[in-house]
Amino acid sequence: MKCNRLVDVGRRQFLRGGLVATAGAAASTVVGAGEARATPALAQVEYPSNRLANVADLKVNEPMDIAYPDADSPGVLLKLGTPVEGGVGPDGDIVAFSVLCPHKGYILSYSGEDRTLNCPGHFSRFDAEAGGQQIWGHATENLPQFVLRVDDKGDIYAEGCTDLIFGRMSNVLA
Amino acid sequence: MAFKRQIDRLPIPPADAKVHNVTCHYCIVGCGYKAYTWPRNKQGGTAPDQNALGIDLSQQQGAMGEWASPSMYNIVKQNGQDVHLMVLPDQECVVNGGLASIRGSRMAENRPSEVTGTQQQRLTDPLVWRYGTWQPTTWDDALDLVARVTARIIAEGSEDDLVVSMFDHGGSAGGYENTWGTGKLYFGSMKVKNCRIHNRPAYNSEVHASRDMGVDELNYAYEDYQLTDTIFLIGGNPTETQTNLFFNHWVPGMQNGARVVIVDPRRSLTVQHCEQVAGPENVLHLAINEGTDLALANAIFTHIADQGWVDRDFIEKSTFRGDVAVGEDEAHPAPLGSFEMAVEKCRISVDEAAEICGVPAADIVKAAEWIAKPHEDGTRRKCVTAYEKGVIWGNDNYRTIGALVNIALATGNIGREGGGVCRLGGHQEGYFRPSDAHVGRPPTYVDRLLINGGGKVHHIWACDHYKTTLNASEFKRIHKKRADMVKDAIDAAAGKTREELVDAIVDAVNRGGLFVVDVDIIHSQIGQNAHVILPAAESNEMNLASMNGERRLRLSERYMDPPGQAKPDCLIAAGIAQHMERVLREMGKNEYADQFKGFDWESEEDAFMDGYHSANPEVTYERLRAMGNNGVQEPVVGFEDGKLVGTPRLYADGVFTRHGREDGKALFCGGAWRGWQAAGKEEEKKSHRFWVNNGRANIFWQNWFLDQENEFVMDRYPYPFVEMNPEDMAELGLVAGDLIELYNGNGATQGMVYPTPTAKRGHVFMVFASPMGAQGNIVNPGVNELVLPDYKHVWADIRKIADAPKEVKGISFKSKEVVL
Repeated sequence: MKCNRLVDVGRRQFLRGGLVATAGAAASTVVGAGEARATPALAQVEYPSNRLANVADLKVNEPMDIAYPDADSPGVLLKLGTPVEGGVGPDGDIVAFSVLCPHKGYILSYSGEDRTLNCPGHFSRFDAEAGGQQIWGHATENLPQFVLRVDDKGDIYAEGCTDLIFGRMSNVLA
Repeated sequence: MAFKRQIDRLPIPPADAKVHNVTCHYCIVGCGYKAYTWPRNKQGGTAPDQNALGIDLSQQQGAMGEWASPSMYNIVKQNGQDVHLMVLPDQECVVNGGLASIRGSRMAENRPSEVTGTQQQRLTDPLVWRYGTWQPTTWDDALDLVARVTARIIAEGSEDDLVVSMFDHGGSAGGYENTWGTGKLYFGSMKVKNCRIHNRPAYNSEVHASRDMGVDELNYAYEDYQLTDTIFLIGGNPTETQTNLFFNHWVPGMQNGARVVIVDPRRSLTVQHCEQVAGPENVLHLAINEGTDLALANAIFTHIADQGWVDRDFIEKSTFRGDVAVGEDEAHPAPLGSFEMAVEKCRISVDEAAEICGVPAADIVKAAEWIAKPHEDGTRRKCVTAYEKGVIWGNDNYRTIGALVNIALATGNIGREGGGVCRLGGHQEGYFRPSDAHVGRPPTYVDRLLINGGGKVHHIWACDHYKTTLNASEFKRIHKKRADMVKDAIDAAAGKTREELVDAIVDAVNRGGLFVVDVDIIHSQIGQNAHVILPAAESNEMNLASMNGERRLRLSERYMDPPGQAKPDCLIAAGIAQHMERVLREMGKNEYADQFKGFDWESEEDAFMDGYHSANPEVTYERLRAMGNNGVQEPVVGFEDGKLVGTPRLYADGVFTRHGREDGKALFCGGAWRGWQAAGKEEEKKSHRFWVNNGRANIFWQNWFLDQENEFVMDRYPYPFVEMNPEDMAELGLVAGDLIELYNGNGATQGMVYPTPTAKRGHVFMVFASPMGAQGNIVNPGVNELVLPDYKHVWADIRKIADAPKEVKGISFKSKEVVL
């Protein structure tokens, strides 16, 4: 079954552009003249902790559109129904991925039929049940997977990403 | 669980980063890339004027925008200094239009780096067998031993005792510089006839028929796919193996309305991708029985001729109008001559072909219509014919390729826009050598010579026959046994003088041993048998000129140092020549020594000028640099307004020259269908359950020589995949990922079973040339009359070896076909 909804929503988010709200933007400080103090640069990208949804919002094999770490980076939140390595939530089956193809940045669409993410641009595809492994395609990294945390209330937070998101030299734009 | 890079940020190339032209050195297509290098302690910023890309990197880039995947980055040595390296696809290159393949995108991370630890398998020093293993040494020490043993063996016997395996391709470590270096040594200074090429057991053409008919096999321009009515693909899978030719040229062609005829026993990904682009109604897949391509092509040719869908004017003006021009003989597996002769000889009815090929007669007629039936307004139909290893390494190579060229000639589809009958190609090309006429035709079957105890010294240049030859089980066993005799002799001579060592080696080879010299970039599998190993450089560790599948010549520039003492092959060949000259003079053979003069090259550019430039005086490094990643299409015919002038497509004047005929007339091929051509194929098919179809997949480059150390690739496929129908799997008690053995009378190999519902029952498809399971182990020794192997036709039985090993668990076994 096709899921063009994701394509459309993804594209809209993708084209919106410019709405960058990240931790990086808030980090700038004003210092007095002549008092330029070196702020030690951080060795890691500082990711925001963004609430994506609550566990109760998810239905098995129904993709939910998300964006992380900012509005210009569309993604998908999935409850797969069977536990997978890296899955979170009470059933260990919740995962989230970027939907920008790490080949050329086309928006991937989700196939519920075989739980894959597929690229309309050059036909690459990724396995949502195998950590976003590229099944076949042109990308040279597997699909960037968002690092998730579920709190006591069942709220799902994204707090990191495993690979470089297409179209960025840094996952968190500054 | 999939391999995670855990990289979330990359350095930005500063505005003043050095920029180098790069032609991807992997496949024939030769996509353009730009390599940016900059000092380790510098970086650019996100503002357009702060970075080399000139774009605002604080913003999300859109689809098809500039982006560096982490695999496009590394830290390498440049003039002895650590520098950042970023290799990005070139948006301005007409070949790829900014697209990157899964191979080319990994050029940067497949560079040796002492900082990031990539490709530490690269050879850094000459190695000699000493104290029971390989020890590093100087070039002079290693080359002295090579020259002393080689010169002594030739002096006491002849040049026929020297066996040479050498690449003949462009890109990678090939190219005009390196084919000239090796060619000048073995075909100039010497006349070595017992030689073979990297992928076949003799020194011959993959496409003798096309050349004998007067048609060079790379005669079109890639834009022809965008100008044509029909693409006729036979024995090729370009979405995987010429990826950006497919996406940057075929796809626009289909979007322009081109229909596609695909002949392949397997439903390849190219079939599915064409259906996605053109719509299934515009794609005709003829899933013929394996090895029956000739019957099909002859039936199409016959039907086209009978219907009169031919270009009479072209046939009259540009093709031979007698009867037989070249008779069938030992060197010509079919007669060559006129159109009428070919029609008579090749005649086979659509119904008869349908029976042989196992496809409906109506589909054969439909294919003929799509290829040749004139448009309703009477204008001729344009058709590009593209073929590759499915027929080259197939049944009856000569006649099958001849049959395809027949169709193109009959319909006037050569030398014109939207036409061409071409190899898709594997590597790029970059061949410039002295004449190989002394090799003879048919040439020596070199593997058989070695297996039968022939040859005493074996020089190997960037070939790993352990993974890429036929009858490999037997070849490996005997090659190792013969090489071990020499290793034992060297071990026994430990501590003795150089003269005594050479005596011991010569004694061992005279008793049936083999002295092996291996020139390569890594310590290969066949290198395990070597006594001297010489470290070579790759493209971009040297400047390298090659041409792609539309004869587009580019200079891919050096941007980093070769690892350690490694050198370009042309300079290694020069070193061997210089040491041969010296040793021969010491032996008092001054006249022979004189033949090894003329190798005083300081650089690869010197080799290029000595070779390619001597026949193409307009072409220099400086001019090629100026032509950038779009280069110039060969042949180069002039230099005007500061630019080299090339040739978009061959034979635009209707004059055919590849066969060397003075009349300039193309010949047709009269090769009738004759069943299985190579020895042993028919019997093997009858006695085994599975046809083991085989070939490449997009993720690997050739025999995985770099991929075997690439985590991204090895995480996906720890073992060679074997695609199998799920019902066959069930009958054999197999589940996805099980390790299986494929075995027959030739030997055995192993793979990892990959369930594939589109696979026909009784057919499996195995990715070839894996270091973890060489498909060549089970290929029989049968070759055609001109010693072309038939790798594609192998039948075997299959049994389970083991449950999926740990590294296989967790990888995806889902269909490779896109779901949109």
